[in-house]
Order: sequence, then C-alpha cells, then structure tokens
Amino acid sequence: MKTATSHAPAPANRELLSLSEEAVALALRAGAADAEAVAFESDDFAVNVRLGQVEQLTESGSRALGLRVFFHAAEGGQRTASTSTSDLSSDGIAKLVSGAVELAKVTGADPFAGLPQADLFGSLDIDNLALYFSDVDEIPPAERIEIARRCEAAALGFDARIQNTSGAHFDVSTAQRVMVNSRGFSGSYRRSYCGFSVTPIAQDADGAMQRDYWYSSARSSKLLASPEEVGRIAAERALRRLGARRVPTQKCPVVFSADIARSLMHNLISAADGDSIYRNASMFAGKLGEQVAGENITMVDDGTMVFDHILPDGSTLRTGGFGTSPFDGDGLPIRRTVIIENGILKNLMLNTYTGRKLNMPSTGKASRGLAGAPGIGGGNYFLQPGMLTPEQIIADIPNGLYVLSTMGFGVNLVTGDYSQGASGLWIENGELAYPVEEITIAGNLKDMFRNVSAIGNDLEFLSSGAVPTVRIEGMTIAGS
Amino acid sequence: MAAALHTPSFETLDHKRYFFTHLGLTERLLERCLGEALSAGGDFADLYFEAVTSTSLGMDEGIVKTAAQGISVGCGVRVLSGERTGFAYTDDLSPEKLLKAARTAALIASGPQTARVQGFTESHSQSLYPITGISSDADIAAKLKLIERANKAARDFDPRITQVRAGINDELRRILIAASDGTFASDTQPLARLNVFVIAKDEHNTARGTSGGGGRVLLDFFEGDHSPEHFAREAARTAILQLGAVAAPAGEMEVVLGPGWPGVLLHEAVGHGLEADFNRKKTSAFAGLIGQKVASEKVTVVDNGRMPGRRGSLNVDDEGNPTQETVLIENGILRGYLSDKLSSKLMGMPNTGSGRRESYAAIPMPRMTNTYMLSGQDDPGDILKSVKRGLYAVNFGGGQVDITNGKFVFSASEAYLIEDGVITAPVKGATLIGNGPEALKYVSMVGNDLALDEGIGTCGKSGQSVPVGVGMPTIKLDRMTVGGTGR
Repeated sequence: MKTATSHAPAPANRELLSLSEEAVALALRAGAADAEAVAFESDDFAVNVRLGQVEQLTESGSRALGLRVFFHAAEGGQRTASTSTSDLSSDGIAKLVSGAVELAKVTGADPFAGLPQADLFGSLDIDNLALYFSDVDEIPPAERIEIARRCEAAALGFDARIQNTSGAHFDVSTAQRVMVNSRGFSGSYRRSYCGFSVTPIAQDADGAMQRDYWYSSARSSKLLASPEEVGRIAAERALRRLGARRVPTQKCPVVFSADIARSLMHNLISAADGDSIYRNASMFAGKLGEQVAGENITMVDDGTMVFDHILPDGSTLRTGGFGTSPFDGDGLPIRRTVIIENGILKNLMLNTYTGRKLNMPSTGKASRGLAGAPGIGGGNYFLQPGMLTPEQIIADIPNGLYVLSTMGFGVNLVTGDYSQGASGLWIENGELAYPVEEITIAGNLKDMFRNVSAIGNDLEFLSSGAVPTVRIEGMTIAGS
Repeated sequence: MAAALHTPSFETLDHKRYFFTHLGLTERLLERCLGEALSAGGDFADLYFEAVTSTSLGMDEGIVKTAAQGISVGCGVRVLSGERTGFAYTDDLSPEKLLKAARTAALIASGPQTARVQGFTESHSQSLYPITGISSDADIAAKLKLIERANKAARDFDPRITQVRAGINDELRRILIAASDGTFASDTQPLARLNVFVIAKDEHNTARGTSGGGGRVLLDFFEGDHSPEHFAREAARTAILQLGAVAAPAGEMEVVLGPGWPGVLLHEAVGHGLEADFNRKKTSAFAGLIGQKVASEKVTVVDNGRMPGRRGSLNVDDEGNPTQETVLIENGILRGYLSDKLSSKLMGMPNTGSGRRESYAAIPMPRMTNTYMLSGQDDPGDILKSVKRGLYAVNFGGGQVDITNGKFVFSASEAYLIEDGVITAPVKGATLIGNGPEALKYVSMVGNDLALDEGIGTCGKSGQSVPVGVGMPTIKLDRMTVGGTGR
C-alpha cells in the first residue's frame, strides 16, 4: 500500500494539512530527528428537547493541533515528547514546537520509541470507506428539533405510565482528521455522524420510577430510523423495568441481552491489548496461541467494515462502520484482525510501540489522540453469531437472569475478576417472568468465556461493536 | 479536617488581567458580546473564558517515557430564555468570532431584545488555594524527582512488584466570567495529582495496585504525609495484598466502610440524586423528599466547596458565584439540593454556588464539590468489634448511580472479611449495590474519625468530568449487598 490518499483533500483540510506540515518542518528545523503532527477539526450541533420544549441547543466548532517529536539519544534509542494547542496562530504553532523540543530533553532514551518504518505506512481508499455524507448538515435545525420532539412524543404517548422524560436529543457532528509525519506519511479524512435518542421515565402507581433509552444513529441522515419507532422502543424498555424486585443470592445461568453482551465480550479485545500484555497486566499475557475461551468463541476487530443499506426507494447506500477509518494512529493501514478464533488467542491488539516491545509486527491498532503517544484502539468488532434466537436461548432455563443493564467498574482484566451491579428480567421455566434489580452478577472472565453455553443469531451493528445474545453458566447472583 | 496546606502568600493579582492583557479582551467587548447574546429576547446571558495549560510527566519501566504539555483557550456563550438554554463556543477569541458565537447562542430566543446588560460588579473572591500553579519550567525537574522517587519506592517495597508506572499531572486553569446580570468574576485554579500504578506477580497470581493524590496545591504538598513514597507503598501494598486475596462473599451482610475515599458511597447514594436539575425535572429518586427522613439520625452530609487546597474546592463556581458549605442531610433529614443559577431561579430556591462545567465547550450544571459525612461518636475499633460476620471495605475504585431508580454501585478494591469482630482474610474486588434513598437508613454506627480522600476523584455527569472530593468517618451499615462469588 502506498502513502497518502488518492484524492485531493477538501479545502478546509488543506489548511489543517499545511498547519500540520508546518509544525513538522519547524520541529525538524529545531533539531528533531522525526516529528509527527495531527490536526482535528469538528463542527457540532446538539439539541435537547424535553416535554415538547427545546431545553438546550448547542452549535459550535473547534480545531486543535498535536505534535510529537523524537530525538536520537546518545546512549541509543529515542527521546520523545508531545504538545497540543487550540491556538493555531503562527505564534501558537511556534510555542507548540518549542514546547515539545524543550520537553523532549527531560525524557529518557527508550530503545522502542520512534516512528514506524516508512514502507509500512499506508491508507485505505477513503472514497470506498464512505465515512462522510454532507447530508447530515443539510437537515435544517427546525427539522432536527422536530425529529427529537416526535421521538419524545411517541414515548410519552405510548402508555399512561410515561408522563416524564430525561429528554430527547438530536446530534450532528462532522469532523476532519489530518496526520503528517517526517517519514513521508500524509493522510486525512472526514467523518459524519447524526443521531437521536430519547430517555423516557415510567412510573408505578406507588411512585417508583424507572428509565431507559433507545436511539438511532448513522453516518448519513438517510439511514436514521423513524422517530416514532425509536420512541416506542424506548417506552417499552422503560416500562418492562417497572415493579422490579430483588431475588435471593444464588448460582444460575445468566443471559446477556445483545446490548450488554457487547460490553461483556469486548473484554476479550481489551485483554488482548498489547500495552497490558507486555506489562503482564492482562489475564491474556503469555497466552498467545492458547485456548482462552470456549471453542464457540470467535472475536474479530475489523476497522475496514463497510455496510450496504437498502433504502426505501430500493437504491443502496454504502457507509463505513462507526469504527471504520483509513489509517491508524501510527499511519499504518487499518486492517481486519481475528483476535480470538474458536477460543484460541490468535492475534493481539498492537500498535507500533507495543509490537516492538513484544517483538511482533503492529496489527494496526494505534489510536492517536491530540496529546501523548498513540495508545491502543480498535475499529469495529463483533462476536461470530450462533444459530439460536434469544427466545431459544432462554427456553430451557428453569431459573435464571436475563440482563438488561450493568453498572459499575468491577471488571479487573489483570485477574479476570468480574463483579457488576445488574438489573434485568427473571427467567422462570424458560420465559421472562418479572423485572429484577439491586443485584450483582459475579464470576471470573477466564471461566465465563469458557462457560458460554449459547450464542444468539441476533448480530446487529448499532454502534462500532456488535455481539449477539450470550448465555453464561455458573455465575453468582448476590441479592437479598 | 482542614487540608494539610501551608498558608502561602496568595498574590492579590486580579485574574482578569491575564485575559485583558494577554488575550486582548476589554470590558467594552464583553458588554458588546452580552448585548448581542440578548438581542433575540433572551433573559440572561453569560460569557465563560477559559485558558488551561496542562503538563503530564510519566515514568514507566524506569524510563521517563511521557512528557506532554497542552494549551487550550476558548469561550462559551450561554443564553437563557425561560427554561431554554442556547449555547455556542469558540476557540478563537477574536471579536468577530466571539460576536458570532453570541449571535448563535442568542437564537434560542425569538423576539425583540428585552433584557439589558447590567454594569459589572466584581465578586469578592475567596483564596482557597495558591494561584501560581506548578507548571513553570523550573519545576519540571522537581516533578521528575517526585516520580523517580515513587518509582524507586514501589520497586523497593517488595521483589514481587514487577511493573511500576508513576506519573504527575498538573494544570493551571484561568477563568473569567461576565454575565448580563452584572456578575463579573475571575479565578486561577491550580490542580495537581500524582499517580502510581503497579503490577505484582508471584508464581500463582498477578495483581494490580493503584494509589495517588493531590489537590489545588503547590509541589511542597508532595512531602510528608503525601510523599511519593507514601503513594508508591500504598499501591505496592495493595497489589501484594491482592495476591493472597480470597473470593469476596456474596449476599446481604453487615458492611463496615473505612474513613476517607469510601465516602464515594455518599457521592453515589445521595449526592447525584440531590443535584437540583434532576429534582426540578422530577427524574431523581429524591424528588419531593425535602424534610423527609432519608438516612439514620446519625447521618449528616455536607457538600463543601470552601476547603483550602482540596481537589473539589473552588473560589467561585463556573457561573461566578462564591462556593459554600451546603447541608444536604442533617441528622437523617433531607435538607437541600445543590443548585446553579438556572435551577435556583426556576425552583425559587437559594443558589448554592454549585454551577460547574468541564470546560468552555460545555454547559454548566449543578455539581458536587467535596462531599462528606460528619464525624459521629463511635470508636472505629468498637465498630469493627460489633460485627459478627461482614465485610470491611477500606478502598474503592469508581462508583455509579441510576438517579431515577436510586440504585447505586461502588466497587471495593481493598476489603477484608470480618469474623466475630476481628478482621481476617483480604478479599478480591467486589461491587456493592444499594438503593440511595434507603441505604443510609441502615447506618447504625458512625466513627469519630472523619477523613477526606487523598485527592483523586473525578466525577462524570452527562459526559462532563470535573474534579471532586469525598470523605467519611468509619461507618457501619447493618445491611448492604456484596457482589462476590464466595460464601
């Protein structure tokens, strides 16, 4: 793959591109062996409607530049430092550069630091990835407000027990991202996003309240769901939680709804994070090539995904996934990586630095923010779906929990210990019987990933990740 | 109770000079922008200027691998019209861009101008912290020394400590607020935090340990009780302890919470539920409960933004009002909410100076500062002795709450079994869950040992993060659900 992009960047990109190039050139002139600049620009609109009235309306844009510099250290290796600024005047950029050069003097020589080899750089064809649709900006503000209003009205009108909401939102964002480095990489792309959501509150006769939400989001406004449909689903989700009770402490099968299974199974990818692996700070450290989950588990990180949607008029529209991008935070082309295949840890989530630490090639998973060195970040991800419907998955459970939401920070990827607050629906004789809350679910991820006894066929990409319904045996529920 | 902070000679420099001299603002320009913001009929407008410089240094595997600096400058323009908020921001402080942001925010209202811009009255500022910060270049060497010391102390603690990361982050945030009601306030807010993260490994297990602390302080804070060695040994000690931890119990039991950071219980169980915006909209489980019993009579909880040097403290809130001490729960009775300008106006209640925002690019809302429970009469030793079988939790990771149904969780990172009044085995991390308006009714003993956390808290609400503090004496809850896997 060749450096840079095949088509001319949009006009506004040129300015960001030239600012980035200027920062890199200035850093080299100040003696840096290498330099890398990133520039971000975004335009954002957000409206919040509550009980039919506009509550908050925000419209704004922002731009910022980040720089990393590298200096050869006398003792071998490189010293590196980074700076960022929202001041894009020439004075601001001069300070950005001098600040980074000064800071680099205090850092230590790191034999693994440094930009990637030039022949590894590359970018996927941006036009094919379909990440930007100008139609998101073409919806007039009045219509955006109206969509949020209709969505909320549908939730409020669905059932007499819904008389209040935490509001309905409509958000639009377009962003540009530029990256340039001194080894010849130059890339840029735009992304668009639009979406709306509503959070209705349902109330019992005795005054107890429950809330839930639903949403629709897309890269193109043509793909947004009907506001009425979203409002109705949100209402149903809030209503099914009313009257929740507690259940006694016990061990039983736990079924994670697709919504929650997504964050649970994403731990498979987080535990394969190269940064944690080389530090021995992950339960998957030293386990490459070994069985770390049941044979039914295949988990993929894929930042290249595009989806073909069929529109109401019969035409098709291709859009890139929410986690799709042309190049990673090191300037390497994005790729598809099977992390877990039939339960075996096949590949790690590596950027250039962690790859060098582990003596392996990068898998193109560098994530670059404005400040600091690249971290690890994936693109789109999914768990290979199974054959069963969610109904079939719960059909043979005499007593168990169907999880609708989890709360808390009780996931330890070093040990695998998992303990989270939960609420959901109690399963009795294969059917969803009544809502439950104020309980915890606990186990160890290493066991849980081996004890997945069923995987649903309900794989749907509503965000960058998708995981179907998952059933896990032998977890502990703590309750009354 | 007061933070261990020296009394530095705070300069009486008015913070506004920074914006006027360095960034070219004038009173005339502020008035023009506010006038523009009210031009479509809004009844209130404010401008929030912010300039933040931040530095981050990190030592990792014995090498200073991270050195980063950031500069962020911008202005947020807000217009209120009844219950509606119009908002726009810009990172370009030229008069044209400021006026454009004001015009954009103005459009939340639609009509002729009614409100006028009042003459500015500068609010009287408190001096709760030094206004110089620790970002000067001369201090970089001193900061590096601190993280080197932390790195060494953690490694020296035990040969089983295999990985150490130590970092120090600090920022200096300058703000200037001008509002159409005549509010004119400025402040300079330093914030520093030292963090240590370690991995311990023996032939069977691997465990992590973290520790850290700081506040609105100068570098000399990190000597004595807050030394790098103190934080490093804490992180190493907890990691080594976890190597031998047994499964946490599961189910309802007596729980004793240690002093300090376990006060995160209050932040989640009651704090968020008492923020006025949720109560105005009746989306909080605490809505309509003022004057009612929500905790045992031994419980008094306050939110106090005026503690010198504390991470959650502010001279003025982000709407220009002086912070204060607000009683939330008094002897078990719910007394008040935390409010900002909009909530206090719409609810007809006093403004508690609780309007906070993450940055110029975010809309202010009612937030906590330092939230803690006052000391009681009980001896902490007696509290432990009174427990037949239960959990003693002394340190926590984060917490979370669903303010609508009141359910909250917080995750213990260091806890022990109590058997017949004696602390026995350390247990693995476990999440505790409860119901906000109910949980504190089961507080049966309150220790005489109130402590605040060491200065590590960051609170997230509607996508906005702000630094906060929490605190608590040792307390006993007669029942709470512990989410382990053991018996």
